[in-house]
Amino acid sequence: MPETTDQPAANGRPATPAASGAGIRLENLTKTYPGSPAPAVEDVSMEIKAGETVIFVGPSGCGKSTTLKMINRLIEPTSGRIRIGDEDVTDMDPVKLRRKVGYAIQASGLFPHMTVAQNIALVPKMIGWSKSRTKNRVEEMLDLVGLDPGEFHDRYPRQLSGGQQQRVGVARALAADPPVLLMDEPFGAVDPITRDHLQDELIRLQHELHKTICFVTHDFDEAIKLGDRIAVLRERSHIAQFDTPEAILTNPADDFVSGFVGAGAALKRLNLTRVRDVGVVDFPTAGIAEPLESIFDRLRSGAHNELLLLDRNRRPYKWLRRSDLARARETLARAGTLVTDTVTRDATLRDALEAVLTDNAGRVAVTGRRGEYIGVVDMETLMNNVHELLEADRLEAVEHQHELQEQRARLTQREQEGLDEGGGSRA
Amino acid sequence: MSFWEYVGTRHAQLLTDAYQHASAVFQCMVIATLLGVFLGVVTYRSEWAGSLATTTTATVLTIPSLALIGLLIPIVGLGVAPTVIALTLYGLLPVVRNAIVGLRGVDPALVDAAKGIGMSRAARLFRVELPLAWPPILTGIRVATQMLMGIAAIAAFASGPGLGNEIFRGIASLGSANSLNQVLAGTVGIAVLALLFDAAYVLIGRLTISRGIRA
Repeated sequence: MPETTDQPAANGRPATPAASGAGIRLENLTKTYPGSPAPAVEDVSMEIKAGETVIFVGPSGCGKSTTLKMINRLIEPTSGRIRIGDEDVTDMDPVKLRRKVGYAIQASGLFPHMTVAQNIALVPKMIGWSKSRTKNRVEEMLDLVGLDPGEFHDRYPRQLSGGQQQRVGVARALAADPPVLLMDEPFGAVDPITRDHLQDELIRLQHELHKTICFVTHDFDEAIKLGDRIAVLRERSHIAQFDTPEAILTNPADDFVSGFVGAGAALKRLNLTRVRDVGVVDFPTAGIAEPLESIFDRLRSGAHNELLLLDRNRRPYKWLRRSDLARARETLARAGTLVTDTVTRDATLRDALEAVLTDNAGRVAVTGRRGEYIGVVDMETLMNNVHELLEADRLEAVEHQHELQEQRARLTQREQEGLDEGGGSRA
Repeated sequence: MSFWEYVGTRHAQLLTDAYQHASAVFQCMVIATLLGVFLGVVTYRSEWAGSLATTTTATVLTIPSLALIGLLIPIVGLGVAPTVIALTLYGLLPVVRNAIVGLRGVDPALVDAAKGIGMSRAARLFRVELPLAWPPILTGIRVATQMLMGIAAIAAFASGPGLGNEIFRGIASLGSANSLNQVLAGTVGIAVLALLFDAAYVLIGRLTISRGIRA
């Protein structure tokens, strides 16, 4: 827990533990570099809600990074306004602004001549936290990103793996508890397995912290995994579509977006739903401690010709078929097939499908937190669920489109009535 | 009289000369370092200013030291002044060049990160850029010191301090009993001083270069 009585926060920020996110509003942001005729970013308007994770995704050179860097004014916009929370930050001191906005970049951006602790302590020190408060905060942040403070406190960045560096980078960005976190392709330089871990970590962190996160990536799968909403950007940072991952997958706004989504949208959709959200079916089970006779009886007489044998802790142990009975005389030791793969309720439908496809009978057992049996998912359940999901997405998207069309119609009407004329009134 | 007998009888004078030699080089090096790093900091971000600084200091280095001191005598007179000015000017080039190269070599992503987390211009320079550029700068200082050790000997020509006096006296009285011993004592003394300074720099490097970037 951060100390709250230590001192009043220097910049008037309430010194409550873990400030959660603040909304961000970009209004007609444009960036034109001197000497180039076309703007790099043209007229971007966007509203990001407090506590939301928004992903900017687009091909390289589309200006997504430039847009992100305009939020903390590493790049000064040529025109347009930026608001964070209720504050217009377009003209405030950029150094002060950046101390309130966390910033994490590719390859971590850690300073190699400072230890892990010194790196994390930078921003708290700059905004005038006391020594003891900073020290506690460093330990807390290391804990938060899953690194043992005792072990990593005094290490230098080069003594860490890429994934560990990236964790420290995130810890540094969050150290002064900023309401907004900007991440510029933070996981771009780590191997796929580590990236997957880091993404999971970020999701976990965000569940705890509820920051407003802007995240730039060119990896659409990463965007789907992390984003509450995704902004698909085309050249000059024009917003091709700004919507939930579900909506973008099932109803891409145009050819550009569907090209970016790529093939297999339905498969990608499976990543967005977890096993707990779909129905698992019951399967006849038997405890291993039950007398053999009763197990045999149930197999012979029951409507099912297979049952799932559970071990003493009610964990799935073996699939037992009627045909296996011939081999099992006195004992079950040699009968049935061992359960090799299970999925948890938190697994994505994609993981479940993978498991179902590799299982030669086309089903997989679902387990709870301690590995105990909950139910079974099979091909049929998956198919039905996916169809339902896609159908629901489609209906939602159509509704959403209607809304947008109405909005647009209202706008055009207003323009035609001349309320919005003299269009050059841009700030 | 053998060389060692000579050193034995003249050790008081030799030590004074050696001390003055070292002190002159050290003080000039401090000035050259401060000035050189300052020039580097001021010019590294601009292409032309950086090359201007490097070329100017390089041009100074092409002037023979004897000629430079000779040119300085009519302006600033004899003694310490021409020595200090000449040594400082010669010491500048390696420091300026390595400061510029070092500062330009700092990963732009790190500077970006420093900006992004809200470091002011001064904080970026003193807490990120200079510490990271320090190893090459220190190498520049080391090279410059070695050079100045030899050049400082010429200072005796302008009646400056140091072991150069021994050498010049010896050359002036060539053929007399102790002339060779004098030249030898001056030269060996300079070599010993240079080695001692070098050892000191290794120690300074150990103490001032962060473990995180030490090779």
